[in-house]
Amino acid sequence: MGLYHWFEFRLGLGKPTIDAASHPVPASSVSWWYVFGSAATVLFVLQIMTGILLALVYTPSASEAWNSLQFLNHNVALGWFLRALHGWGSDFMIAIVLIHMVQVFMFGAYKFPRELTWIIGVFLLLLTLGMAFTGQVLRFDQDAYWGLAIGASIMSRVPIIGAPLVHFMLGAPIIGSATLSRFFTLHVFVIPGLLLAGVALHILMVLRLGINEWPMPGRIVRKSTYEAEYHKLVEEDGMPFVPDAVWKDAIFAAAIILAVMACAFFFGPFGPTGQPDPTIIQTAPKPDAPFLWLFSVLSLLPASLETPFILIVPAVAILIMLLLPLFAGEGEKHWARRPIAVLMVSVIAVSLGIFTRLGITTPWSPIMNAWSGDVMPPKYLHERTPLEREGALVFQDKQCRNCHEIGGLGGQRGPGLDSIATRLTEDQMVRQVLQGGGNMPAYGNALNPAQTTALVAFLKTLRGNDLRPAQDASRTLTNNPPPDATVPGQPHPSGQPHLLNEPHPPGKP
Amino acid sequence: MSEHESEHLTGDLSPEENKLQSEPKAGPKDRSRRIFLFKLSLLVNGAVGVVLAVPIVRYLLGPAIEKKNAFHSWITLGNVSDFPEGETRLANYRNPSTTSWDGVTGNVPCWVRRKSGNQFQVFAINCAHLGCPVRWFAESKLFLCPCHGGAYYEDGERAAGPPERGLFEYKYRVAGSKLLINAGEMPTLATPASAQNANFVPLDKIGCSSCQS
Repeated sequence: MGLYHWFEFRLGLGKPTIDAASHPVPASSVSWWYVFGSAATVLFVLQIMTGILLALVYTPSASEAWNSLQFLNHNVALGWFLRALHGWGSDFMIAIVLIHMVQVFMFGAYKFPRELTWIIGVFLLLLTLGMAFTGQVLRFDQDAYWGLAIGASIMSRVPIIGAPLVHFMLGAPIIGSATLSRFFTLHVFVIPGLLLAGVALHILMVLRLGINEWPMPGRIVRKSTYEAEYHKLVEEDGMPFVPDAVWKDAIFAAAIILAVMACAFFFGPFGPTGQPDPTIIQTAPKPDAPFLWLFSVLSLLPASLETPFILIVPAVAILIMLLLPLFAGEGEKHWARRPIAVLMVSVIAVSLGIFTRLGITTPWSPIMNAWSGDVMPPKYLHERTPLEREGALVFQDKQCRNCHEIGGLGGQRGPGLDSIATRLTEDQMVRQVLQGGGNMPAYGNALNPAQTTALVAFLKTLRGNDLRPAQDASRTLTNNPPPDATVPGQPHPSGQPHLLNEPHPPGKP
Repeated sequence: MSEHESEHLTGDLSPEENKLQSEPKAGPKDRSRRIFLFKLSLLVNGAVGVVLAVPIVRYLLGPAIEKKNAFHSWITLGNVSDFPEGETRLANYRNPSTTSWDGVTGNVPCWVRRKSGNQFQVFAINCAHLGCPVRWFAESKLFLCPCHGGAYYEDGERAAGPPERGLFEYKYRVAGSKLLINAGEMPTLATPASAQNANFVPLDKIGCSSCQS
């Protein structure tokens, strides 16, 4: 005890700490819904600790970074586990920060007087995402290299100062050591420093302004009366944060850390994938999980909208988040009285989920090895003419399958072709193959006439479950022979009564 | 306890120090002098800060304000005979400005299409959409991008997908039996593959600073 007083007399930290820890909080806020902020802080501490430990071995040099990661994975005792903890801790931190943000939004906690707490929180979210991106670069592998190429390409779309921005980001005319060193500096010094300062302010303000009370429908926030109401609430119905409320935070934080450890142990570290050697081009770069949605959006945007979208939408979205508490600082807090808020959160969450799922499956990317690897269903080759079979060979050889699924195998960039003949006539197929269009390249230069004839002959056999082929209605008007019957024994395709009016005698098409 | 401690602390001071501490407080004139000196100290520190900031900002922005065309130079890609006529082949070169610790990142690939004779097209590996590495598919005569499915024809023109333009092209020259390209920078929509004012220096005069072509 004497020792405590010796330090307390000189430091004077004990009493303010005890006062802060035991400050009264509204009884309604002692809830399992109020544990995400503290969990995010605990994860941040875990990231700092594991990050420092990884820096003991990691070498931030373009020629050695990848080797030092392999060394960590395979040669350093438990190096793989520390890398896994840091990687999974990062994903968990982003998830918890997002959940924390949604909870704060739904509970109206950003309203008066906690507007600045929210605004700093928005910056903390952006900094957390910044840590995730720079961290992915430090895992200096193929994905990191091409992720930087994507980043530089996005920068290059900024008007006027595009080129200096690219050079500023890369630190050199190409992606290399200078680039890795800058991202190391950002990831290890700059962003963590800003995060520490921001988290300290964020928590200080929570202590100073008090934790948000559980919202009640009809209990309106007014700047003139809120503080008196809050103090009354805390005086009448408050309980000390330690120990009455904090045990829930502690248990949740422990569960989260345990979950990170379990993921790290069972799923292991992320990568590194191939060496960051740009001459190895057999790669399909993909960002880490937090940015997959962006990867999808960038592929689905029309080319003309892309640059404005990339440059304007993020800025506007961030601005809206920052200004939200200033425009909606008063009024209802309860979600039941804020249908638009609920709708917004739902739409954004579902959209991010869908885009992330699309990012995982990447249906827009051609399957680069489909032409050699995939089986042609036998039923598409059975009882076919030599010309049609030749067409199947052309189909496989000219890599149509990189983009077109057939028999459930192949790319999904273009439409599946199992029933293509029911949608396009022969003429339309020839035109589509030779001239392209609708986001399909033209193959006029890649196919000779014999190959085109064979290919279209094969495509004409693809009628799904023996469906009626597509027909050119104008042929009947010009007295050309009508198309073949689909059902044996019937003179004309079913469901085409207008064809019966033509002069040909039945049975002799 | 605390009283004892405080007594102990002040007791450490010598009589001279105690005397210094108990000097009479300054009058209003002294106070205005100190406020002036305080403001002056702020001003001096501000000025020093600005002077200090100049080299720091210049250092920080160094990569962004270097001259655009300083990165590029003519690089030998290989013998012309390495590239069969009518075919498109992958070639690698070492970027002209690299450090020893750049490692393999200093090696840059590109696609070389020999149309006929000494007619070439040399394409950057980077997709014009977001910079991913495009791959050549000889059978369908297309460059395809693995990231977002951009496609280009054999002459580099945009064929399909999100890119808004064709592949980036290097300026090339044939000198004797060698194929040279002008390169040195990662091409993006804002940064060129080759220097805009790239003039060809004949092979036997490379490295000769006095003989400008």
